Amino acid sequence: MIFQQTLHVEQLKSDFPILAQQVHGKPLVYLDNGATTQKPRRVIEAMNTYYHEYNANVHRGLYNLSAQATHAYEESHRKVAEFIGASFEEVIFTKGTTESLNLLAYSLGNTLQPGDEIVLTQLEHHSNIVPWQQLAKRKGLVLKYIKLTPDFHIDLAHAREIVTPRTKIVSVAHASNVLGTIAPVKELARIAHDNGALFIVDGAQSVPHMPINVREIDCDFFAFSGHKMYGPTGIGVLYGKRHLLERMDPFLFGGDMIREVHFTHSTWNDLPWKFEAGTPNIAEAVGLAAAIDYLTGVGMRHVQEYEADLTAYAHQKLSSLKGITVLGPKGARGSVLSFTIDGIHPHDASTLLDREGIAVRGGHHCAMPLMGLLGITGTVRASLSFYNTHEDIDKLAAAIIKAQEVFGV
Amino acid sequence: MTIIDPMQIGDRELTEEEEIYKENILDHYKHPRNTGTLPECTVHHHEHNPLCGDRIEIFLTFTDETCTDAKFVGQGCAISQASMSMLSEQLKGKTVDDIKRITSDDILSLLGIPVGIVRIKCALLSLKTVHVGISHWENFTNSATTSPHSVKFTETGELP
Ligand SMILES: Cc1ncc(COP(=O)(O)O)c(C=O)c1O
Repeated sequence: MIFQQTLHVEQLKSDFPILAQQVHGKPLVYLDNGATTQKPRRVIEAMNTYYHEYNANVHRGLYNLSAQATHAYEESHRKVAEFIGASFEEVIFTKGTTESLNLLAYSLGNTLQPGDEIVLTQLEHHSNIVPWQQLAKRKGLVLKYIKLTPDFHIDLAHAREIVTPRTKIVSVAHASNVLGTIAPVKELARIAHDNGALFIVDGAQSVPHMPINVREIDCDFFAFSGHKMYGPTGIGVLYGKRHLLERMDPFLFGGDMIREVHFTHSTWNDLPWKFEAGTPNIAEAVGLAAAIDYLTGVGMRHVQEYEADLTAYAHQKLSSLKGITVLGPKGARGSVLSFTIDGIHPHDASTLLDREGIAVRGGHHCAMPLMGLLGITGTVRASLSFYNTHEDIDKLAAAIIKAQEVFGV
Repeated sequence: MTIIDPMQIGDRELTEEEEIYKENILDHYKHPRNTGTLPECTVHHHEHNPLCGDRIEIFLTFTDETCTDAKFVGQGCAISQASMSMLSEQLKGKTVDDIKRITSDDILSLLGIPVGIVRIKCALLSLKTVHVGISHWENFTNSATTSPHSVKFTETGELP
């Protein structure tokens, strides 16, 4: 509650033009921030300005417009680097978390031998499972999964058991998009490194909600998406430790990523361009930079504290409803709340909530193995942002009760 | 098929008639008709919608081109399961060709409420399961030398 004052939520909310609308005649309550966040005016305007005033290809033209575009594109890398405590050469732009993880599976995969092991956790998003599964199939590798404890935390004791010198890669979601579990990444980094393995963090659900410093975590790689952190779709980031990126093979080949091309061979450009083949998403990079400026202005510390308070309120409110089971850890957790409603399928619930203007996600949330483990086919998920209010949560609770009345449960 | 307006579902209060249909859907969802399995059936098929996790498994018996028994087991949202329950009531007594002529619009009018673009896959999973099941059976019998109606499936749905 204290931070509601320092954060001026209503004012922040007015920075997001889309949030002012009505849906089905009711004010929009947007609670699907885990899927994608809305965009503040300054992000939309920054991209508009780029197209209106300095659209040109980067790293190519020797004229004024191209110089402006190149500067803005490089500046965006610099802003991302500063935002996560990395250096400029360590920030590679991709299409999103999924592409960042595929890049790693491809490029690191080249160095692995049959029998090598990759360790994930049971709560991963499909994008941190499938690329490794495919790699394992191609190269004869072994995949292992760190278990969850009964209270939905990552089981560190089990991690210590299955991460061994045979393990070459440990890759985990920093914050779960289903359960809200926050992985103990510093401990996991130590366990991985003690065994000589690389440590990868999927930060898609953590970067938008907490201050991140990749050096403090001591991860080797860190992946995230622009569109989940108030930036545009089509741009994401892969951070990698410089000495590792230098030794790795590029994932995509073509223009921009080369230094010299001969008819028989080519040499690679400097970092980070070595990993950015082809004309990049320039407008999106400009938009991402604007999103980072926006978040920096709000303050990630404030975001984290406000969302922690709001999440605790929502957890308590939802848990108090009859017939509702909230999944995930109690206490400190991410701002994602998955729940089931007795007698109502998540899709039916989403449709009924939509009629009240409330946007939530219903389904398996790209985590089918986890759903199987929990013995369910899906959940309703409310994922919160700093622009959500206690009132939004009250409306959610009221709409759930209304849905239960419709279904007579 | 009618063009589906993505905003159609829920953009207004339901009319009185639609309210009755909505009650009907909930009734079929809570008390699905014709559930169960038929170990000795002619057509056995399973479809699921990976996005939603909705599942439908159908068991149809045909005697001389006419459907004499229809059962299903399923799991999923109210729309997918009610749609299958309603469709199952239509199948008995119909010929293979009659069943093949059932359209998406027929299913939507059975449901009787506006179904928007996000839920249309749920609504039509039932018909898809029946149509794909029949077409697999026909393809199989066309390529086999045995007479169509002598083909029996085992309990697990595998060909013997
Ligand atoms: C934990 C997690 N990892 C990865 C992704 C994939 O992100 P994207 O679809 O932006 O590539 C998501 C998005 O849903 C996610 O929640």
